[in-house]
Amino acid sequence: MKTYRSMVLVSSDEQSIEKGANEVFAALQQEIYKKGLQDEVSISMVGDIGRHDAAPLVIVYPEAVIYGPIKPEDVEFLVDEHLYKGRIAAGLQASVKELSGRIAWISARRNTLPAEQRIVLEHAGLIDPDNIEDYILHDGYSALGKVISELSPQQVIAEIKASGLRGRGGAGFPTGLKWSFVQKAPGDKKYVICNADESEPGTFKDRLILEGDPHNVLEAMAIAAYAVGADEGYIYIRGEYALAKNRLIKAIQQAEEFGFLGNNIFESDFSFKVHVHSGAGAYICGEETALIESIEGKRGEPRARPPYPTTVGLFSKPTLVNNVETLANIPAIFRNGADWYQKFGTPSSPGTKTYTILGHVNSTGLIEVPMGITLREVIAIYAKGMRNGATFKLAQTGGSSGSVIPASLQDTPMDFDSFEKAGVSLGSGALLICDNDTCVVDLAISLMNFFRKESCGKCNPCRIGTQRAYETLVRISKGKGTLKDLDDLNELSNNLYTMSNCGLGQTSGTPIHDILNHFRAEVEAHVRLGVCPTGVCEMM
Amino acid sequence: MTIETLNEQTVREVVREVVKQYEANPSELIPILSEVNRRLGYLPDKALEEISNLVKTPKSSVLSVSTFYHMLSTKPRGKHVIQFCESAPCHVVGGREVWNRLKTYLQLEAGETTPDNEWSLITTSCLGLCGIGPVVVIDNDVYGNVTPDQVPEILAKYSNSQGGAK
Repeated sequence: MKTYRSMVLVSSDEQSIEKGANEVFAALQQEIYKKGLQDEVSISMVGDIGRHDAAPLVIVYPEAVIYGPIKPEDVEFLVDEHLYKGRIAAGLQASVKELSGRIAWISARRNTLPAEQRIVLEHAGLIDPDNIEDYILHDGYSALGKVISELSPQQVIAEIKASGLRGRGGAGFPTGLKWSFVQKAPGDKKYVICNADESEPGTFKDRLILEGDPHNVLEAMAIAAYAVGADEGYIYIRGEYALAKNRLIKAIQQAEEFGFLGNNIFESDFSFKVHVHSGAGAYICGEETALIESIEGKRGEPRARPPYPTTVGLFSKPTLVNNVETLANIPAIFRNGADWYQKFGTPSSPGTKTYTILGHVNSTGLIEVPMGITLREVIAIYAKGMRNGATFKLAQTGGSSGSVIPASLQDTPMDFDSFEKAGVSLGSGALLICDNDTCVVDLAISLMNFFRKESCGKCNPCRIGTQRAYETLVRISKGKGTLKDLDDLNELSNNLYTMSNCGLGQTSGTPIHDILNHFRAEVEAHVRLGVCPTGVCEMM
Repeated sequence: MTIETLNEQTVREVVREVVKQYEANPSELIPILSEVNRRLGYLPDKALEEISNLVKTPKSSVLSVSTFYHMLSTKPRGKHVIQFCESAPCHVVGGREVWNRLKTYLQLEAGETTPDNEWSLITTSCLGLCGIGPVVVIDNDVYGNVTPDQVPEILAKYSNSQGGAK
């Protein structure tokens, strides 16, 4: 492999692209060629580096100097000073104060800020996702090698069970247990599916994992396939994620060339082939049985369960379906051991969790932190406080099926069990932080509108219930609601939960239940007084 | 490709090419439909018929799949498709004002196309770009942190480029 004197990375998350990262990249390339440095300096676009206060960022290794925000006009000076003359280009450095998370950690090299703990995003932003050699240099595929040459499938599953890893798609089901179900299911043909149909509103962690480190997920899928006895896998990726899809296809080709996927992996009897299957826009396809129907070329309507996919799944064969983030934990567990993994997070929910921070805060973006951190900490440290000094009112977690968490619960540790005890749900890891100017009725309308449109229509409770709930909420927002409407909403939310066929319908009533539970006075003001306390709803 | 130039022959040719590219297998139905939709702009009835013949799946199932997924359209759409994200994260940071401005500026309601076939305005669920909400996607270009006042400026880019190019 070619070695370079310096490595230049340009951030390519959506904020950077919007602020001209592509132009900066082109200018850098041009300038490096002009100076004849192309054999000494490598240049790559990298995915998410951290948060984006100074985007687009240009980072020069090995000195780990962070420049930003960089404009194309700055490039000539930067290349001339740093890469040609070898000194730091004065005036272009991003101030440490403006940075946070891992970037600040890299730049300061000491814990001046509480750093994130990155396991699933370990390589994202550090390696070139289009280059398998970069991944291999960072211990890539070593976990797969170890698993195939040293461990039996039973030992692999035992290790995952020992790590305590739980599914990160929202439900928190123990991963090792799920694997053992598929392994024990009778049948010669089995499948492993990576669920990358991330469509919970406010969630984009899986996209950034796949864009930043596609090989990590492929390696995990191969380990899973070895453990459960599968020889074929699918990545079901939502149709909107074109960049992630292209990176995956390229990564699969490279992995096959290197013999990490395909036939006789590591010269063993184990073979594993991965296909990428694009969705065509349907939230419901994130539900595992709907996803399977969709891969089979049908409407994405969830199946009745049982039988569960672990015994009757894709093409009626036993199938393991895991979320991207769950899988992304696997290689690190085998590289470092289950004991190491147990050190992070809480005893019942070990490891880290990625959160997307959104809404009325100073800094939005993706973070990865140990399980058990509190909402107050997230807002104060990683989101850098509420925007315009506003007061925190509520947070909505895990996309639309997540809970509405009032400020009174902001000191509850965010892990599966503590949240369950508090009667709220962690969901998929979106944290939509809202301030005092947010109307809960208006928020609930937006969420119900989503459900009524995304309901697949297969079962009546969900198809009709979400529509009726939406209509009732709209009536309330116009000041035309009655107190009976509130009782009806409560009943509707219970009926949705008990009678719907799949998770979408069952959880669609959660926002209603939560706002009536925690913000009843505000909802009643709409009905009794005909007033929206926050002035958001336009009363008729 | 604009709507007027779509005749039966081109539709059939495109479908045949796409089916050849994938496998003529019912499990490849969604990739095939997506690709035909991308090339033709929508899925005309003739295309569904041809796909049904080649993939050996009843036309009713092809239609039922085509109408299930948001990214597939059985109705013609305008030259430029404006997708507006209406999910909660974009909504709470000022999405509603942007949406109202889009509607009044184009004089369209959700799902409609302008009489000159220039613009289609559709709402969409979360696109996973929530860090920069409110988000508007025009064709394949993403616009983030959009304010109502930026709407005319953003749309103007498309009217100009098209006047110059074709």
